[in-house]
Amino acid sequence: MVIKVGLGQIKPVLGDVRRNLETHLKVIEQAAAAHVDLLVFPELSLTGYYLQDLVPEVALDPGNSDVLQQLIDLSHRTNVDLVVGFVEVAADYRFFNSAAYLSQGRLVHIHRKIYLPTYGMFDESRYLAAGEVLRAFDTRFGRMGILICEDLWHPSTLYLMAHDGAHVLIAVSASPGRGLRRPDQLGSAHAWESINRSAAQSYMLYVVYVNRVGFEDGAMFSGGSELVDPFGRCLVKAKTFDEDLCFGEIDALEVRRARTLYPLLRDERLDLTLRELQRIYARRHQLE
Amino acid sequence: MMVQDPDTPVEKFNPALATESITRFIRDEVTKVGFTRGVVGVSGGIDSAVVAFLTARALGAENTYCISMPYKKHDPSARADAEAIAHALGAPFQTVDIAPMVDAYFAHFPEADHIRRGNVMARMRMIVLYDLSRVHRALVIGTSNKTEALIGYTTLWGDMAAAMWPIGDIYKTEVRILARFLGVPERIVSKPPTAGLWEGQTDEGELGLSYEEIDAILVELVDKRIPKDVLPERGFDREKVERVYEMMRASQFKRRMPLLPKVSTRSINHDFKYKRDWGR
Repeated sequence: MVIKVGLGQIKPVLGDVRRNLETHLKVIEQAAAAHVDLLVFPELSLTGYYLQDLVPEVALDPGNSDVLQQLIDLSHRTNVDLVVGFVEVAADYRFFNSAAYLSQGRLVHIHRKIYLPTYGMFDESRYLAAGEVLRAFDTRFGRMGILICEDLWHPSTLYLMAHDGAHVLIAVSASPGRGLRRPDQLGSAHAWESINRSAAQSYMLYVVYVNRVGFEDGAMFSGGSELVDPFGRCLVKAKTFDEDLCFGEIDALEVRRARTLYPLLRDERLDLTLRELQRIYARRHQLE
Repeated sequence: MMVQDPDTPVEKFNPALATESITRFIRDEVTKVGFTRGVVGVSGGIDSAVVAFLTARALGAENTYCISMPYKKHDPSARADAEAIAHALGAPFQTVDIAPMVDAYFAHFPEADHIRRGNVMARMRMIVLYDLSRVHRALVIGTSNKTEALIGYTTLWGDMAAAMWPIGDIYKTEVRILARFLGVPERIVSKPPTAGLWEGQTDEGELGLSYEEIDAILVELVDKRIPKDVLPERGFDREKVERVYEMMRASQFKRRMPLLPKVSTRSINHDFKYKRDWGR
């Protein structure tokens, strides 16, 4: 199966869900006109990133949100599957940095960001609760996994997604660009390209990386969204700094071919990993 | 893997990438609050020249109001250099002599020393820039660089006052690389930096350290987070390190908003947390 993916590299407005929804609707229409099967928006695409005390104000309850419902309806009307980022409020009033997969009028899956960066220029744990579940999920286009930004800097998440059966890794981010000492590109952009290529070829899966653009109080979200194939080759690269909508193809046969040539997942010793992890866990927590 | 290896030397600073990042920053942060123009206080020195060049790239030269605010005859060449910058850009240029305002004030305090006079000049320029920003419906684009902001070689509410600091994360030694990349006239790039607060003043003369020395120490302390006590083992002069560290510590108040006593549930600056770009 070959599907067409769209990388929706947008510039959200900080804390204005209505205006961001309008942006989503516009981009979805463009993607639908281009016969896109799956359109991915960046981390917190409906809210903006540095929310701080705006978190409770912009939070959506997936069970009762007209904003999400509009998008769910649109996934049915346009036949475009959607990944959108938002702040999720749970029944116990914890707030999560979440991304939802919407398809044919249904909410298929929500990933709650697990690793909330709280150091340097980041302060997420002050405002948000960390997700506790990491699962791949089935879509009409095959099994996929969603990770959000900092999640990808923890290789364990990639490992688990791959061994949970994901063929496509949807990686969304709101990554501030920084680092002016490279001859070719921002230091942060270089780091993301390394992570995406390494994830793709270590686990023989597609990486659909979608980063946002725009500024929030001088933090410069630098874009550079990309589609990387299971051999680690970049198929599509969005603009740096500017809003963009670009398209690429995901071919299930390529995953099969990569995993045939390099049967690394087949050979992975899950039992050994599990055993050693249990030992390390016990030592770290002084359970021995 | 590091986003930026702080061990990479200043010489590797990429001025093209800096220009791209900063011009986009200026354009985005100016236009999304409903403005199209900026005013820049142009002294004839390298920092304000670089900011004027960057603002012109971001907003267009016609939207970059270059304001020269000399005090009498201090460094007569500075005035010509300020005009040369605006001329090179094709940007609107205006001269406002601040001497009558400053002198009228100090007629009440003839005994005032050069520090007081320098501070009042810097704050008078702030008044002029903010007033003209209203006239031109523009934002004040500040010219503070990372070095002077970190060591506090600035006047609070004077030259620090601005809507934004486009080169506020760029060290002075990097500003020089950036200036040459942008095509700032060489005589402006290579002349000794001065705050222009009194005749014959130079920054490095007053500080007793060169910008190369200061930046090298700041990179260790700030970017690399090397403890200051370790730096002498790495070839840095202990006395110089202590001085730079102390300048940084003592000027922290200049980099923060005024203190207010926390006595309620939610208090500005304490736990009422919103970005300036809220809703932008």
